Formats: sequence, structure tokens, C-alpha cells
Amino acid sequence: MGKVGKIARRSFLIGSAALVGGVAFGAYKVKTPYDNPLEDAVSAQGATFNPWVMIDTDKITLVGPHGDKGQGVAHAQAALIAEELDLEFGQFEISFGAPDKAYWNRALADEGVPFMSSDASFIAESMRDVMGGMVKLMGMQITGGSTTIPDSFDKLRMAGAVARETLKAAAAQRAGLDVARLSTKGGHVVLPSGEKLSYQELAPIAATIDPVTDVTLRDPKAWRLIGKPMQRMDVVAKSTGTQTYGIDLEIDGAVHAAVKVNPRQGGALKGFDATDALAMRGVSKVVEIAGGVAVIADNTWRAFQGAEALSVDWGDAPYPAEQADHWKVIEGSFNEEQLDKTWRDDGDVVAGLTEGSLVSTEYRVPYVAHAPLEPLNATVLVEENGVTVWTGHQIPRQLQVLVAAITGHVPEQVAFHNQYMGGSFGHRLEFEHIKQATEIANQMRGTPVKLTYSREEDFAHDFPRQPGIARASGTVRDGKVETLDLQIAMPSVVASQMGRADIAVPGPDSQIAAGAWNNPYAIPNYRMRAYRAPELAPVSSWRSVGASANGFFFDCALDELIHAAGADPMAERLRLIDHDPSRKALETVAEMSNWGAPLEAGQGKGVAFVESFGVPTAEVVQVRATPDGIRIEKVWVAADVGKVVDPVNLENMLQGGVVFGLGHAINCEITYSDGMAEQSNFDSFEGLRLYQCPEIEVRALENGAKIRGAGEPPVPPAAPALANAIYSATGQRIRSLPLYSHIDFV
Amino acid sequence: MELIVDGQRHEVDVEDDMPLLWVLRDELNIKGVKYGCGIAACGACTVHIAGQAVRSCQTYVSDVDGPVTTINGRGRPEALHAVQEAWIETQVAQCGYCQSGQVMQAAALLSDIPNPSDAEIDEAMSGNLCRCGTYPRIRAAVKLAAAKAQGA
Repeated sequence: MGKVGKIARRSFLIGSAALVGGVAFGAYKVKTPYDNPLEDAVSAQGATFNPWVMIDTDKITLVGPHGDKGQGVAHAQAALIAEELDLEFGQFEISFGAPDKAYWNRALADEGVPFMSSDASFIAESMRDVMGGMVKLMGMQITGGSTTIPDSFDKLRMAGAVARETLKAAAAQRAGLDVARLSTKGGHVVLPSGEKLSYQELAPIAATIDPVTDVTLRDPKAWRLIGKPMQRMDVVAKSTGTQTYGIDLEIDGAVHAAVKVNPRQGGALKGFDATDALAMRGVSKVVEIAGGVAVIADNTWRAFQGAEALSVDWGDAPYPAEQADHWKVIEGSFNEEQLDKTWRDDGDVVAGLTEGSLVSTEYRVPYVAHAPLEPLNATVLVEENGVTVWTGHQIPRQLQVLVAAITGHVPEQVAFHNQYMGGSFGHRLEFEHIKQATEIANQMRGTPVKLTYSREEDFAHDFPRQPGIARASGTVRDGKVETLDLQIAMPSVVASQMGRADIAVPGPDSQIAAGAWNNPYAIPNYRMRAYRAPELAPVSSWRSVGASANGFFFDCALDELIHAAGADPMAERLRLIDHDPSRKALETVAEMSNWGAPLEAGQGKGVAFVESFGVPTAEVVQVRATPDGIRIEKVWVAADVGKVVDPVNLENMLQGGVVFGLGHAINCEITYSDGMAEQSNFDSFEGLRLYQCPEIEVRALENGAKIRGAGEPPVPPAAPALANAIYSATGQRIRSLPLYSHIDFV
Repeated sequence: MELIVDGQRHEVDVEDDMPLLWVLRDELNIKGVKYGCGIAACGACTVHIAGQAVRSCQTYVSDVDGPVTTINGRGRPEALHAVQEAWIETQVAQCGYCQSGQVMQAAALLSDIPNPSDAEIDEAMSGNLCRCGTYPRIRAAVKLAAAKAQGA
């Protein structure tokens, strides 16, 4: 902003810690702040009130620091600010902003503490506050864990309200009127006479006064945008081919690069011959990078062709070469030395297992790839005095650190321009492609290098979801589930992923248990033990992370016990559930699906409930066994997100999560042979296609105390609800994914 | 060789076996056409050649025997095609990366069969992958576009 008032505005950040605990609106409190990064961006005449709002004389910029992978958060973040600032869509630009500590993610703390999301006790809330302080201290700017809405909901509305009240104060000063007589509408302050002063013309005055910090958030009854169907800002561009993604960027003077990196992930490059590649049209250069080789050409396809023409000698994989040996390692991990943590131990499981009828069962889930439809890519320019990176990414500040470590700059010298992402599902939390593009660009300083992965390279270098095995024993008596003893073994995704990002995470890995230990059932005897298998192939967070596997384990094991007890799957879950919003989710899905109504011959219904990322989510799947295989007829979903920001986008997100969960459950797995992933494209890793997609009816609930994100929670119940439905229709209990290894689908 | 793309004549000097996709994206800078798989398994690269939906990643540029229409030529934000209108009204897109191909596939379907049945929609649209899972909205948007055309 103008230099005037700079100091006051520098010490300005929303202290959202003051808002935790379900306080919907109230007095604004300032806590020890980070500098406002927009101070450096705003013009001399413009005003910035906080890190999210900048009003220049020519335009209004709202910053939504969470990256948009398709979940619609660019729109949602803008809407939260615009709600309080009284802006209309079309009156402002939305920016992802620059990497900055000021954009630390408060909501990360909620998932980082060892308490159930349904636990609102004083100690759980206190720990969340402590963890929030740590996240802030580290300035962790992350898009992930379904945290965008929880992180932004109070913070961005407050940012808009502060800007609004400061603009009103500026208008009061200019018009010589009491501020109480002013209102705002559509980007203007409105005077009692009806005269309107635009925010832009008020910016130079606003820049000279201290921001008004004593503001009150609006009563939800007055909301214009929140809770109502909105047209997403990006929907026109995304329907007309005019949305630019990272892969579409053409930076002046850029060359195109493709890489061939050891498909035995982490294995060495022993040698290569580039003679054929260098003889190809358009290929200008071949350079060595960590574990592989890069080909530089004058277009993407020629770079791909050049990479294919390389002759390379690869070293061995640093993990077992064959898939069967991966399973053996996990099978061997159920022992005291590898016990990571006993996450739950209700009642007396040991005694419980000796009473009633015993059920013992084993489940497993495979590696699965992220495979966002936009292949990974990055454009990097390395110069003497700094580095510029253009790509879509979820952890911008860590990107700066890792890029700077390669080029010898300091992180602050790495400029990062975040891009709209063509999906992620967790893959854009990873850095390999960016590090590779940086390595190449560092050998060609002054020339921008655009690295695009071929789909095959994207599959070969995905870090898939961790595989896992669950062993469950339980007892039933008098028609009731009495005891469940669940053990899960898998490699630590957190250790693998954070290890690559150079971040140490001490303590047990909550993702070995997430989706299994935290479901709020009051089973009289319930024990959940997590075992850490040694690292195998490198793995990474995959949409819903641990819960994507553990929800399947837990819910199917529970379903087996319920059937063994002779109880109704819905009634017994309802009897056992001990958390009001969760119970309501189950009751809602029962009502929606008309649970209990007679089924036709060959039809089956399955229910599953998994709480993940604080969202109790219940799904019912109805299938029909036909002579050609299983047909999924319909899915019903009830999810409690606390508060709905945009019902249309939320419906789309929940439906998409179900499709994602079903598709991968049916026909996706990554298997290793000779150290390499055997699946290399969408012909061998299909997911759901349109003809298989059932009607999906969604209901969003608002009974939970906190607002939650919906990107991940619909995924975990989909696989178990489908497997339970198949059991209901056919009597076949399938205990490992993908399902198509056991049964045909239409 | 000569190509007509979105009504414009272009002279390109490329290998015969360069896929049309990469000629469009990298030589002609038409970026609405997307690369997803390179093996005709995802449909993100779908364009029309002489009105037929084809996968441009598996079409050699030398085999192109008619005028090419891309998503960028089918309609523009200020002059929408009926299918794009339906896509916007239904709010189909999440990440949006597959939607260029979906819109082009749907436009070809509706020009062949103005009022397709569910089975015809399934058959025509199942070669186009959507990793975000927007299929329920794609179905609804195809039907809306058909209804709009019938009403018009």
C-alpha cells in the first residue's frame, strides 16, 4: 500500500484461534501477526487491509491461498470474503497469492491431534489450540486434508468485514458523516443520500487510516451467498476450453522437456546412451538428473519421443521387486516390535473374545495411483538472482525450500505462481517433478524449462496409496455385536511422504488408524491396534489417506459381525453409534434409501459409515446381481459438514467422491513386478466410467459443531458399502480390493 | 501440410506421424484440447474432424482428411454452443480438465442423435474418463442440452 499506514497494516492478521469452538460471529481479536505480503504488491494509491484483500485504483484482488484442484475452493474462498465485503462476482479478481507464512492453515491442527473429531472435551480442544500454535509457528501453508473450508470460513469472512468497515471509515472521513449512517453494496459505500462511492475511489483514503479491527461478522440470516447455490467462477472457462492449467502455459522462450527416470522408484541411473534421441528432429539437448535423464526439445511430443529413444541402464529398486513379497512384509508386521500404537481399547477385548460366537477375518487393500487427468508438469526458470516456478501445487512454501536447495538460492528468492490444477487426489503434494524441472533448468540458466510427464511417466512415478492388511476378530451374542479386535498393518504414508519433503514427523502415524479407530460406535469391547510395516515402494497421501483403506477394513469387519449376529446392518449400527450427528447421518441415509423395504430377487443393499476429516458420512449402495455381473443401481449419501457453503458444489463433490471410491474399489490397483509398476495408463487403471455410474442422491447435514470440508469424506464409505451390498445380493463376502478380481461387474 | 482448424487455414511443417493433438497444442497453440493419456483411453483430446468425434492423440496429422473443430472453436465464453450452455447451467466441472473432451463428445452425440436415450448416452460418453467423478452431472447436462435443442 502506500507507505502511509504501512506499519499499522503490517501488524495485521486475523487471529482465528480466538474463533475456535463454534463461535460463529463475535468481536474481532488481533493476535501476534505475520506481515501482510500484499504490502509489497499494492500500488502507491491502493490499500490492503490484510493478506486477503487488496484494492487498487484499477482493480480489486482477493487472495485465496488454498490451491484449486477442482474442488472449487478458488470460488469458495472468494465467496467468503465477498459475503462480508459486499462484492459481486465480476467485480474482483481471485489470486492464489504468493507463498507466505501469513497463509498458515489453522485447520490442520484439528486432524493433527490424537483425539476423535467427535471429541469436544476441554483437553481435546486445548490440544487443538496448542497444535494450531505450532502450525502457525511453522507458517504451514497447505491445501489438503479437506481443510480449506474449515481454515477459511471465519478467517476470510473476517478479512472481508475488516476491509468493509475500513472502507466505510474512509467514506465517513471523506463525506464528513457518521460511519453508522453508511452502508455497503456491490462494491460501493452507500451514503444516506443514496450517493455511492466505489471501493476503488476510496482506496487512497483507506490506505491512510488504521484498519478498523472491531468488527462483527454478519448474522447468517443476512447471508447473500453462503448456503445458497452459486455459479462457480471457473465454470464458464472450464466448459469452453479456456481455463489455463499449468500444462497449458507457454512462457516466452521456454523449451520443452520430458524425463525418463528409473521406473524402479529410487533406483540408480547406471548409464545411458542418447545417440538416437539426439539425432531426432527437434531434440536439442539431453541432460542427466537425479536417477534419470531429461530430453529437451522444441515441442512436448518431440521431447516424449526423444525420451522413448533413450537407451538406459537402470539399477535395482530399493524395495522388493515382486508384489507378493510386499504382501509378505506386511503380513509379517503384526508383532509387538512393530506395534505403532494401540489407538483404542474399550471394555475388555481379551475376555470378550472368549464369550459368544467368534468371527475371524482378514482384509487387504492394494496400492492405488492418484492419476489426476492433467499429467504432472512444471515450468521453471533459474536465473542468477532468483528462480521462478509455474505449476499447480499444494505446499507452496516447502516447494520454495526444495527448489532453492537445488539451485543454491534462498527460499525467498523462489517466486511461485500457483496454477489451476487438473486434479490431484494428493499427487500435487509431491515435489519430484518440480525438483526434476529445477534440475534441468539449473543446467540451462536463463531459459525457462517446461517439463511435462507423459502419462506413462506419471504412472511410473506416482507414489501410490499405501497397501494394507487388517485382521479382525470379534464376537456376537444374543443378536448383538459384543467385541471387535481390529489390527491393521501398513507402511507409514506420513513417514514416506514427509521424508521426501525433508520434514520429520515423530510419533505414531495416525493414518494407519484413521477411519478405523475413530468411528464413534460404542461396541462394548473394541480394540484397535496399528502396526507399522517397513517402508516398501514409496507411498503418498491419496484422497482420504488412511481412511480410504481403514474405512473398508473397519466397516466390512463390523458388517460381518452384524450378519453373524443375525442383526439388521442398519439397526445394529444405529444401536451402537454413540454420537448424535453420526446417528443422524445413518438415520438420514436409512430414510433416503428406504432401508428395510423389500428387495427384488438379485438385489442387495449395503450400508457403510466412516467418519473422516471430522465428517460423519453414511452411504447406502444398492446393487443387482445380473447374469453379466454386478450392476450398481443407486447410491445414497448423507454427510454432516456442519455448515454448507455452496449446496451445488457440495453435491458435486460428494457425488464425485463416491464415484472415486467405487471406481478404485472395483478395478484399480498398482502392482510391482521387477521393481516397476505394472500399470502404466488408463487402459490398465480405469476407474469408473459413465455407463457404470449409478444415480447418486446426496443430502448434506448441518448438525456438527464445526464446519468441515467435503473433498475426502465421501470416499471411504463407498468401497465397504459396495462390498456389503454385494454380500447382501450374492452371499459372497469379498475381503480384498479390487473387487473385480473376485466378481464381474456389468 | 495444410490444416483447417476452427475455420482457419494453417500451414504446418511437422512429421507425418505427429499426433494431431500435439500439432494443435504445441504448433498452433490451441490449448483447450487436452493431453490425458496418449492412447485414446481417456477422451480428453476429443475434437471433431468433419463433424465426427475423434481422439486427436491417436490421429496422425497426415491422416486428417477434413476440417478440424476444437473446443475453442465450438463456442466461446461470449458465444456459447448449446452444449456448453447446458454444461454451465448444470455446473458439471470440478477440475475441468476432461470437460473439453466431454463437451466435444456430447456435441457429436447430439448432432447424430438429437434426443438420445440413457443407453445411447452411456454408449457415446463412456470413452471419456472423468477422474473427479462428474458423471451424474454429465448425464444431466447431455439431457438438458437435448431438451434445449428440442425446445428451440
